[in-house]
Amino acid sequence: MDSTVTTVAEENVWGGGNNKPLGASYGKMMIWFFIVSDSLTFAGFLVAYGFARFKFADSWIIADEVFTHVPFFHGSYPMYYVAFMTFVLIISSVTMVLAVDAGHRMDKKKTTWYMFLTVLGGLVFIGSQAWEWATFIKGDYGALETKGGRIIQFQAADSGERLALKDFAKAIPGERVDHERKNGIWYYEEKALPSYSLNEVIEGAKADPNVVVRVEQLTEKGEKTVLSREDSLKKLDEAVMVVEGANLIHNEYGNRLFADLFFFITGFHGFHVSMGIMLNIIVFFNVLLGTYEKRGHYEMVEKVGLYWHFVDLVWVFVFTFFYLV
Amino acid sequence: MAQEHKLAIFRGRWKFKSNIQKIWGVLILLSLITAVEVVLGIIKPSSLVHSHFLGMKLLNWIFIILTLVKAYYIAWDFMHLRDEKTSLRRIIVWTPVFLISYIIFIMLFEADYIYNILKDSFIAWNF
Repeated sequence: MDSTVTTVAEENVWGGGNNKPLGASYGKMMIWFFIVSDSLTFAGFLVAYGFARFKFADSWIIADEVFTHVPFFHGSYPMYYVAFMTFVLIISSVTMVLAVDAGHRMDKKKTTWYMFLTVLGGLVFIGSQAWEWATFIKGDYGALETKGGRIIQFQAADSGERLALKDFAKAIPGERVDHERKNGIWYYEEKALPSYSLNEVIEGAKADPNVVVRVEQLTEKGEKTVLSREDSLKKLDEAVMVVEGANLIHNEYGNRLFADLFFFITGFHGFHVSMGIMLNIIVFFNVLLGTYEKRGHYEMVEKVGLYWHFVDLVWVFVFTFFYLV
Repeated sequence: MAQEHKLAIFRGRWKFKSNIQKIWGVLILLSLITAVEVVLGIIKPSSLVHSHFLGMKLLNWIFIILTLVKAYYIAWDFMHLRDEKTSLRRIIVWTPVFLISYIIFIMLFEADYIYNILKDSFIAWNF
């Protein structure tokens, strides 16, 4: 029974006393409890993504068509940027583990430096994430949405390249202007209108014989189904609105659940990264001020390190399920 | 963490002289695996995309297995599970592994069932 009763009542009770069940101190045990329960939360989210994906197995979004951008470069480069992000996070994990190692050797200077680099890596990652979100929200080509919430995209019949709405939409002069709050009797305004009205897109598509429609349904080969010109014209009648970019309600890339789960899961992960950066900054200053030097051990660096590695671990899975699989 | 570090990975086949060397070794390993994943993701070899195992593309199996390998090295070497007591390590690892396997199993089965309902029954959703 000795191992379950705190026999040392004096100082250090906040730290769990001197008992170390399973060879782990109180604080380490608690961070591990947190990590285990948090991993279950993330697993729940990722399984929800798997659920949506299996449910719509033959019409799901092809991730390579969505995340094709690299900052400062034009053209289609799927995977490169997110691979860079993954690499940044792994590197910041390495600097973290080096900080822990330096802490064990009571090397204040090195610990400070490695903590600083870890914070830097975290900031680069979260900035990249923000850019990725912004690109996703802004959208690429634009699309139409049907009454049932399905997405209609366009491509050129001859080259097979994707067409943006601006490539073929007909300018039909002034039928509809954005309603702004200052013009209203009531204190409301509407959301910004899309660049082209539904009518302009449909008329443009009808006028240009080179425009065909691609729908969400996947072919045997796992590509999006492209309709013939006649079927395309028929499909256009089902459209009810123009969609540009992605948000929680509409998603020009395809199934809106993809956007919902993308925002939710990468957002929740990004939130964890932000918290991790803050904790790392706090620990960084504590190292700088010599708090752990006075305490006699750098275990706090190790504990915040465990959290940081966990965030990296989750990203490894998010990376696989959103971008690769 | 126990003061002693276990300095060998691959079941003792790759030994390191110091903990710092081991960290860099693991970094190289993780980077290599990520590079393989990215290259496969860009090329998408058609032999792997069009062959299936248990209803999933072979390529996706490879991605998931490589991910689990990465997770193993992050947990074992960066989070020092290798240096912890076996009992603590088992508590941390097997609890989520059991629960997550279970939820994956029931949820994906249910999703597949709904997929078939949407496909074969008289429910209009794709309009």
